[in-house]
Order: sequence, then structure tokens, then C-alpha cells
Amino acid sequence: MAKRTIIPFGPQHPVLPEPIHLDLVIEDEKVVEAIPSIGFIHRGLEKLVEKNEWPEMVYVIERVCGICSFGHGWGYCKTIEGNLEVEVPPRAEYLRTIWHELGRIHSHLLWLGLLADGFGFESLFMHSWRLRETVLDIFEETTGGRVIFSVCKVGGVRKDVPDEKLREIAGILNGMRAELSELTDVFLDDLSVKNRLVGVGVLSKQEAFDLGAVGPTARGSGLNNDVRLDGHGAYPDLDFAPCLEEDGDCYARCKVRVREIFQSIDLIEQCVAKIPAGDIAVEIKGKHPAGEFVGRMEQPRGEAFYYSKGSGQKFLERIRVRTPTNANIPALVQTLQGCDLADVPMLVLTIDPCISCTER
Amino acid sequence: MSERKDLIQEIVSIDAGALLGTVQDLKTAGYRLGQACATPVGDDIEVLYSFEKDFALHNVKLSVGATAPELQSITAIYPYAFIYENEMHDLFGITFKNLSLDYGGKFFKVAKSTPWNPKFGGGEN
Repeated sequence: MAKRTIIPFGPQHPVLPEPIHLDLVIEDEKVVEAIPSIGFIHRGLEKLVEKNEWPEMVYVIERVCGICSFGHGWGYCKTIEGNLEVEVPPRAEYLRTIWHELGRIHSHLLWLGLLADGFGFESLFMHSWRLRETVLDIFEETTGGRVIFSVCKVGGVRKDVPDEKLREIAGILNGMRAELSELTDVFLDDLSVKNRLVGVGVLSKQEAFDLGAVGPTARGSGLNNDVRLDGHGAYPDLDFAPCLEEDGDCYARCKVRVREIFQSIDLIEQCVAKIPAGDIAVEIKGKHPAGEFVGRMEQPRGEAFYYSKGSGQKFLERIRVRTPTNANIPALVQTLQGCDLADVPMLVLTIDPCISCTER
Repeated sequence: MSERKDLIQEIVSIDAGALLGTVQDLKTAGYRLGQACATPVGDDIEVLYSFEKDFALHNVKLSVGATAPELQSITAIYPYAFIYENEMHDLFGITFKNLSLDYGGKFFKVAKSTPWNPKFGGGEN
């Protein structure tokens, strides 16, 4: 048997924007075992429920992550609305869906940039993030914020967007398609990129299910668990099917995210065409959450859970957020076994790890 | 408009002794473990397991005393439950018997030990 060596990967590493640690057991340049370690920056945000009244907690929960902040805010509102049995006006559900899908485009473009940076294709990284700026500009115009918007509240949204502005946004996104195709064609067709991704880190459909994988990590293996199909938001009114790939390798996970960028543009265009007129929020007065509710959202990285428990007081007893990266760590550990040491950065990147989310 | 499966809330309370049997039945029925978490309720800790199948959730809830909380690990049935069980151990002080990957209290690097346990949380780590 060849000699085994343990190589520490992270928590500080060029491909890791945030700290996660892996003990890689190596035998002849092959990884035979990977032991993950997280918790370096655990913030205890859920504990703040004891000091913040439930309407204020949305500001805390959207700070779980700076990339999918809107989705976290919506997820929190959804679990409280379920707890209070509040029905949100349809226009608010459409606006939420538009902002959430913009967040998906922004997140996936950010990820493509990080992937390009990971394999040393710096111009591709810069073009990915340049296109992402357009989405951030739309956020700024419609909400006033580029990262944290605070536009979602329990019962609806705080700001309306005029229909004319929505049509303008749809036009901007449609205008991005040519540049996006030019960019994503490099990710999907360039030989040097494919050499790093095709056949690397294969996760079968059964393994993805057995390991509880979520989001593009699961869909890259053909597993359909896209929570947008559970009937919330404006999604039941929209025509779409989850983006599934069968190969389960790094390339398949990349392809799912590329397809989802274009799918999100389609969904926003459908929302703009169908958005009804009406109120953007319902007023909630004199009621406090008194039961419990488990809600879910399809964040850009996959399924997230939001559990709330109240006792009829202004402070909740518990808020729990289970983020997608948390669920994808076991799948990452599985795919690392047997891979080349040089491929470890690609494998870590293709689950799109968000440690900020995980260390909520 | 399709069915609002997100509004279906099945939360079933069980005894701690029935945990493994219940979880095995759900696994056999094709459910995926979505999450597990703990909540301090008075002098007890409530543990909630969420399972998913066909976009609908089935939740199982049980209660343990906060003084010396101990539960059977479900990692023999759902191996990836180690993430949630180590988290509940580090934050709430729940001991999981037969945990397949036990970080020994080092999963989260928290300044205070078991900070969210209502009985003995917050001591120096």
C-alpha cells in the first residue's frame, strides 16, 4: 500500500472566499478520504430571535448571506406568514419572484466568475462579474440597495415597481442574452475549461439522493428537487421545468447553472407580462405567531429551510435556517473520494459553497 | 393554480424511544431527510426532523429533558444526519448515541459551550 499523507485544505485557500477546512487523506496524488470541518465563523444569528421582535428579524435573516439575501428575507417572511395564516397579495408574490430570480442570475454569474478564477481564466472571471453588475444596478434602481435590500416584509413587500419600469427591466435582461451566450459558450465549449470539468467529481443520481444533495448539485445528477415547484410565489402561474443534467460531473453542475441564468430571464419576462395590479402588502396588527411552520425556498444554491415557532408573544421561541451548502457538504465529501488532488478546488467550487450561509 | 404543497404542515409528535423505527419507516417509504433542529422549550429541548417526498414535508417532533439530553443517532439510516446531530450537540448539548461521524464537540468553534441549552448553556469552552 502506498504511503498515506494528510494534506490540510483551507480554511484559508486561494479558491475559498470563506473558511471551510478539509483534511484530505492522500495516496499517490489521489484523495482517499476527506473530512470536513466548518464552524470557524459561526455567528449565532438564529439566537438573535431572543432580542429582536419578529417583524424586525427579517433584517437579521436577510443578512445570513450577502448573495441570496432577498431569498432569505422571503423565506423568513414565508414561514411567519404561514404561522400567522396571512395571504400575501398576488402583486407582492410576483415582485418577490422577480427579485428572487434576479438574485439567482446575480448569484450564478458570481459563481461562474469564481469558477473561472479558480482555474486561472482571469478575463472570463472579469466578464462574468461585469455582466453581474447590470443585475446589481437593477436592484439598486428598484430597491435602493445592491446587496441587502430590506424590501421584503411579512405580509408583502415594502416597495412597488411601476409596470413601465418592469418592462424596461425585462428589456435590459433580454438585451443581456447575446453577451451572456458569448460568455457561457466559453464555459461550455472551451477545451481548456472542459478539460478541468468534464468527468471530474461524478455524483450519481442515487448518490445525490442518498446524501441529501440539493440545488444545482443535485440537478446536475438528474435529481429533481427544485422547491419552486411546491406552489409558492408566482411560480404556479409560470411555465417552466427544472434544468436537469444527467452526467453528475463538474461540467453538468456548471451547465445547470448556465441554463438557469437564461431560465431566470424567461421567468422574469413571464412575470412582467402577467403581473396583476393591486396591493403590495397586507397590514398585520395585533397578531403574533403562536404556532410553528416549516417553509422552504429554492435559493440559487438549492433548497433552504425556515422553521419558526412562536408562543403568541412578540419574540419568537425559535427561528431556524438550514442553508443549501449545509446539505451539500456530504455530497462534496463523497465526490472528493478518488479524485486527483489537483481537482479538489474544482470540486469544492462546483457545489458553490456559501460558508456565510452555513455559519448563520 | 397548482396545489400549494408548501402550506401542508404535517408535524407528528412521537416518543424518543420510537425515533429510529419512525425514521426507518420514512426512509423505506422514500423520504429524504431535509433538516433536523432543536428548540429550547421550558426545561426541555424539542427536536424536529423534517422529511421531504414529492415536494411535500412530513415533520417528526420529540422532546428530551435539557439536563442530560440524549437521543439515538439516525446516522445509521440517514448518514448525512451527522451535520445536524453534531450541530445540535455543540449548540444544545444533546448527546447522540452511535453517531457515525462524531466531532466530539468541535464541529462549531463556539466561545461558550452548548450556548443554547436552557439548563447548562453558556459555560466557558
